[in-house]
Parts: sequence; C-alpha cells; structure tokens
Amino acid sequence: MAPKLPPQLPPQNRVEQAGDASGTAGHADAGYHHGPKGLLRWLLTTNHKEIGTLYLIFSLSMFFIGGIFALVVRAELFQPGLQLVQPEFFNQMTTMHGLIMVFGAVMPGFVGLANWMIPLQIGAPDMALPRLNNFSFWLLPVAFTLLLSTLLMPGGGPNFGWTFYAPLSTTYSPPSTTFFILSLHMAGISSILGAINIIATILNLRAPGMRMMDMPLFVWTWLITAFLLIAVMPVLAGVITMMLLDINFGTSFFNAAGGGDPVMFQHIFWFFGHPEVYIMILPAFGIVSAIIPTFARKRLFGYASMVYATSSIAILSFLVWAHHMFAVGLPLVAELFFMYTTMLIAVPTGVKVFNWIATLFQGSISFETPMLFALAFVVLFSIGGFSGLMLAIAPADFQYHDTYFVVAHFHYVLVPGAVFAIMAAVYYWLPKWTGHYPNERLGRWHFWTSVVGVNLTFFPMHFSGLAGMPRRIPDYALQFADFNMASSIGALLFGTSQLLFVLMIIKCVRGGEKAPAKAWDGAVDLEWTVPSPAPLHTFETPPRFQHQEH
Amino acid sequence: MSGSYYVPPQSKWPALGSLALGVMMVSLGMQLVHGTGGLVMTLGMAAVLAVMWLWFRDVVRESRQGLYDAQMDRSFRWGMGWFIFSEVMFFAAFFGALFYVRVFAVPWLDGEGAKGVAALLWPDFTASWPLMNPPSDAISGPREVVSPWQLPLVNTIFLVTSSVTLTIAHEALKEGYRKTTRNWLIGTVLLGGCFLVVQGIEYYEAYHHYGITLQAGIYGSTFFLLTGFHGAHVTIGAITLAVMLMRVMQGHFSREDHFGFEAAAWYWHFVDVVWIGLFIFVYVF
Ligand code: HEM
Ligand SMILES: [Cu+2]
Repeated sequence: MAPKLPPQLPPQNRVEQAGDASGTAGHADAGYHHGPKGLLRWLLTTNHKEIGTLYLIFSLSMFFIGGIFALVVRAELFQPGLQLVQPEFFNQMTTMHGLIMVFGAVMPGFVGLANWMIPLQIGAPDMALPRLNNFSFWLLPVAFTLLLSTLLMPGGGPNFGWTFYAPLSTTYSPPSTTFFILSLHMAGISSILGAINIIATILNLRAPGMRMMDMPLFVWTWLITAFLLIAVMPVLAGVITMMLLDINFGTSFFNAAGGGDPVMFQHIFWFFGHPEVYIMILPAFGIVSAIIPTFARKRLFGYASMVYATSSIAILSFLVWAHHMFAVGLPLVAELFFMYTTMLIAVPTGVKVFNWIATLFQGSISFETPMLFALAFVVLFSIGGFSGLMLAIAPADFQYHDTYFVVAHFHYVLVPGAVFAIMAAVYYWLPKWTGHYPNERLGRWHFWTSVVGVNLTFFPMHFSGLAGMPRRIPDYALQFADFNMASSIGALLFGTSQLLFVLMIIKCVRGGEKAPAKAWDGAVDLEWTVPSPAPLHTFETPPRFQHQEH
Repeated sequence: MSGSYYVPPQSKWPALGSLALGVMMVSLGMQLVHGTGGLVMTLGMAAVLAVMWLWFRDVVRESRQGLYDAQMDRSFRWGMGWFIFSEVMFFAAFFGALFYVRVFAVPWLDGEGAKGVAALLWPDFTASWPLMNPPSDAISGPREVVSPWQLPLVNTIFLVTSSVTLTIAHEALKEGYRKTTRNWLIGTVLLGGCFLVVQGIEYYEAYHHYGITLQAGIYGSTFFLLTGFHGAHVTIGAITLAVMLMRVMQGHFSREDHFGFEAAAWYWHFVDVVWIGLFIFVYVF
C-alpha cells in the first residue's frame, strides 16, 4: 500500500527545547514520583498519562459491560415472541445499555484521550490541576459500581430508558431509582471537574508561542466540548435533583396534579441531552481532523473554518433540544422553531465533512488502520447525519419518532461515529503510548469485521423503523422478523470482533514493531516530538513553539 | 511566563475523597429508600469535609512555600471561574423550571393557549400564581404566601450589605490593613449567619403558619427548591469565608497574592446575585 510517489509532507510545526532535545526530562526524578508502586500508584497518581490510561481502561471495561447488555437485547429480539428474558428485565437491559455506553464508555473514553494527548499536543507538563484530575477519575468507578448494583436491588434496576422520562422514572419507577440518581450525580461531578481541568489546561498551559489558532483540532474540539460539559452537566444535575425530590419528598415538579408538568422534564432533560450528543461527537471530529491529514500527507483543508464550524455547532446545540419532543404536543411555533434550528446544524456539520474530503483530494493516501477507521467515520457518520435531517422534519418525525429509525440514526452517529473515532485514536496514538506499532493485520481484521458488523446491525433498523417497529420493545410483529434477525447476527459479529481490539491492545503493550518518536511520517503535532513511548514526564520545561501558517 | 509549572506529587486525598463521597451517597440512598443509614451518612459527610480540609491544607502549604507561580495562579482563577459558571447553570435549570411552570404549565392546565386541552384533566381548575389551589384535590396548596417585604427584604439587606462589607475587607487586604480586613470579614460572616437564621425562621413560619410545604403543589416545590439550594450555597460560602478569616488571622495572604480570599469572595458575590434573582422572581413577582 505504500504510495509510489515520494509523499509530500506538509510544513511541520517545530519546537525548540532547552536542554534535552527530546523535550523530556532526563532528570526524571526531581523530587516527585518516587511514591508507592503497584496498585497504590494508580490510586494516588497525579500524572496525566497514568490517569489517561485509567480512563481508557475504565471506558473499555464499560464498553464490554454495556455491550453484553446490548447482546442480551439483541438475543431476545432475534426472533419474534418472548424467548429469553422477562419484559421487565428487557427494559432494564436497554436502559442500562444506554446509560453505560453514554456515561461510562464514550464520555470517559474521550476524557482519557484528552488526558493523554492535550498536554502532549500543547507542550504542557501535565494537566492544570493534577489532583483534581485524579479525583475526577476515581469518582467514576464508585459511581458505576453503584449504578450497576441497582440491577441486584429489590424491584430491579432502572427500566425507563436512558432518557428516564417522568413520570415513568418518578411515580412508576422501582425503588432503586434513588440510587440511580445518586450515582448519576457522582458521574456528573466527575464530568464537570474534568471539564474545568481541561479548559484551564488549554487556556493556560499552552507552550509559549502557541496561539489559539495554532492548536491542533483535537485540542480545539475538546475546548468547546469542555465548555458544553460545564454548561449542561449542572442542568442534568438539576433535573435529577427534581426527580429525587418528587420521588422522596412529595414535590410536584413533574406531576400535573400539583401544577407541575411531565413535559417540563423532557425540556430540561433535552436541554442537557442535545448538547450531550455533541459532547460525544466533537472530540471525534478533532480526532478525525488529526488522522486524515496525517495519512493523506497534506495539511488539513480549512483549519479556521473547522474551528468556526465547531463553535457554531456548539452554540446551535443549545437551541435545538425540542426536536426530541416533536411528538409530545408542542405549540406550533415551537415545532417550527426547533425544526429550522435543527436543520441549520447540518450546515456547519456539512462544512466539516467537506473539509475532510477536500483534505483527501490529491493526497498521497495510505491506509493504515487508524486511517481506515477515520475514513469509515466520515462515510458512516454522514449516513447518521442524513437520517438526522430526516428526523428533523417535524411532520415526518411524527411517523419516525420512537421507532427503530431513531435507533438507527443515533447508532450511526454514535457507533461508527464516536466509537470508531475513539478506536481510530487508539490505533493512531498507541505507538506514542507503548512505543510499538499496533499489529496491522489484526487491526485490519478488527476494522473489517467491525464495519460489516455495524452495518449489518444498524442498517436494517432504518427499514424496520420506517415500517413502524417501535423501539424499546421486547416483542414485535412478524413482518419485522428478517430485519431483526439480521440485526442480531450483526450485533454478535460486532461484539465478538471487539475481542480482536482487546487482543491487539494487549499485543501492542507487550511488544511489536518499535515506533520512532514520529511514528507516522505525515504527522505534525507536538506529541510526535517526544520519544515513543512517551516518558512519564514530558515538557517539564516549556518548549518554544514556532507556528506554521495553516 | 515562568520556567516550570508545579506538578504536585502523588496524593491520597482524591481517592479518599471519592470513597467518602461514595459512602455518603450510598448511605443517603439507604436513608431515603430504606429509612436506615443516617449515622453512616453523617460519618460519610464528615469524611468528605475532612478530606476537603486536608486537601486544601496541602494546597495552602504549597502556596505558602512559594511553589506556585503566576501561571499556577491563573490555573486556579480559570478553575474557580468555570466552577462558578457551572453553579450558575445549576441554578439556571431551577429558574428555568420556575418560569416554565409559571408561563406555560399552570396556564395550560387552565385551558389557555395551544395546549389548552390539558384543561380536560381538571375542568374546575383556575390558574393563578402563587398557585394556592393545585389541580387535584389530593394535593392541598398553601394557605398564605410569604410577604416579600418582611423577612425576605431583611435578608436582601443582609446579603447586599455583606457583599459591600466583603469588598471593603478585600480592599483593605490589598492596602495591607490586616486588622481592618479581619473586622470587616467578621462582619461579613456574621451577616451570612444572620441570613441563615432569618431563613430558618421563615421556613418555620412557612411550614407551620402558611402551609407552604414541599407537598403543597408546585408553588411549595419551586419555593423550597430555589431557596433551599440557595441557602445551602450561603452556608458553603459562609464556611469558606470563615476559613479565610482564620487564614487572615494566622497571617496568611499578602497584598498582591491572596487568591484563596478572592475565590471565596467571587463565590459570595455569586450567591448574592442568585439571591437578587430569587427575591424578584420567587418573592416579589
Ligand atoms: C446533522 C446532525 C443531526 C441531526 C439533524 C439530528 C437530529 C435528531 C432528531 C430530530 C432526533 C429525534 C428523533 C426522535 O426521537 O424522533 C435525534 C435523536 C437522537 N440523536 Fe440526532 N441528530 C444529529 C446528529 C446527532 C449526533 C452527532 C449524535 C450523537 C453523537 C446524535 C445522537 C442522537 C441520539 C442519541 C438520539 C436519540 C435520543 C433518544 O431518544 O434516546 N444525533 N437526532
Ligand atoms: Cu438532539
């Protein structure tokens, strides 16, 4: 696959490092880091690389737990009729699958990447507030242990969907809901503190000479994501607090009998919820914007427009929330307003897709595994974007809402979108983390089985949804049987192929082809100026950054 | 821009803090769901506070050893600033709920506007704010509401004055008049304490004389949600200021360098601004 022509490399950013040319500390032990080793080391660490690793391992474990729940769902839906599980348990599985994937797998996955890469990409010695960073991480295992334990509580775990609409989640919910709320509070605190740390790092710890418009796009997209997190996680905390009061103290927030309104729950939830979906995709945009130029051996097309597009998406994302509520009975003006604002979001999103394609144009492209995942991202995420546009048409959404079409939409943006981007990032940065290249053969097997699995799982859902199959249901009419069987087979394929991912990671950590500091010849950002594997402490004295015109 | 940024060594407080918070949350849940666990909850909360104390003590020590430079100071400023922004959004959710209920939900229940079909649920219901008669007879509303021009006005005066006294204390610190700083800071903390006492009296009256309770329909719900979380924030702010007072008395802070004090002051002003919003939209209008 090596390109025939000598690759044309874009201009490289350069750093000048006082002393040690590699930008790393030979004097590794300047008084810190001879603390305890073993388990305690991970518990007490303040190092951004170690904390990043913890986040990534946590995310991977949650990905498998959430995945098993999904496979239970798909197994039940393999055929019409009830075979394996009780409907009550089925509902708990769909709910927990969603909650775990959103809050436990995708969000911590991106935070882990941010921890590892943002300091390296901006030439900072660590995160701005390292102890807070550790606190943010260790809240997660506590929160998710509590969340998972609700499955064993009397009455079962949460069974009202990951959107936990009132009054299903208040008046009609199992007793464990209170614990669910408290665990979500802890996960929320973790996200807010993590986001504060990331913003402070980016705004304050850039290498001297690096201006905002010199930052790699992964840093930019994370800056904006962190802003979104700080803006909406407290709103989530607010709405679950109202739930807690309704459940335990007899308040009437979501109870019309006392003058409240269950629809108000949906407004507040989606005011959080829609920015939340951008929280799960903006860092992915940043990753893809790093990988595509590297393997196309060209500069990113339209750097500035990428920044502006990301910012406009973030601002617009506060003005579209009720597109999730078209069918709830909104006043007509609201339906129209939210329909048009939602469609507007497609414009900056389109700018991004255009820029990625323009970057590829006339590049000398090679297809290593990170690039495969990034290219699949562009194609498959766009499919999800288009089905989003269909859903944005309010009158059409009356038909599509709460069907498998919606399930197809958000899985296309989340699985070959967010999750593929995380995987692309792992393949891309593993040489920096471990000092070894990931095994290409395994990577390719993982990629192709995943792509086939994802499409086999989610593409048929478009059809079953358009034909009227409702979501969150354990049994269905006979005419949907073939689509569902295909989906279930695809899900099993996708699930098993993730074992290849784990195998690849383990092999890469233990050995493999040695990677130089600059592991990919087209890569330009600062992380490629430090050795591979990156030593525990990097950029202890700030490097001097010399920017290149974008 | 300085030479090197201080990266703290390993620390046990973060991990212990999340453990303590976990214990507190689980036992709070046990208390709410099963009615047992109050003692553990109190212990958990004490543990959280203890960890915070020890963690901040480390930070103060490092700061006083001169380990922090101007860049570190900026990190703390950004951190505190964005933290306050997150608190603003937390209250924004509650204010949003209040406005939604007042502007949409309650009038709709009375048949107004595009969603007037909701009037079919309780045909006899008439909308009003404060909502004295919730739609369903099963829920009895408040008998009377709190007049803004008595205790709430007193509390407004307390809090606004406390913001002024705090600013005087801050200016004095910047000029190096430490005694003056101490005295005005004492005044500020006392005003915060007075606010809490008055709010306690108001809550007592609300429950026992006015029939404003958490169960009294949406009026009671929003009333206690907003004033309650605000009161909790006043408590936190007053404790923080009290800690700053102790630090002033121990000779901490210099004329140029006293971000701990400033952060506490920012927080206090934020709590004050939230109160103004409360006074206007919960009590007056
Ligand atoms: C072009 C951009 C997009 C548009 C126009 C769009 C539009 C929509 C609409 C209208 C719905 C509501 C459908 C219904 O419930 O009837 C929806 C649902 C959803 N979207 Fe998107 N979307 C877009 C991008 C995204 C992205 C980037 C993500 C996440 C990474 C995402 C995640 C979701 C999720 C999770 C749901 C379902 C929530 C639920 O009910 O459980 N969307 N989208
Ligand atoms: Cu949305």
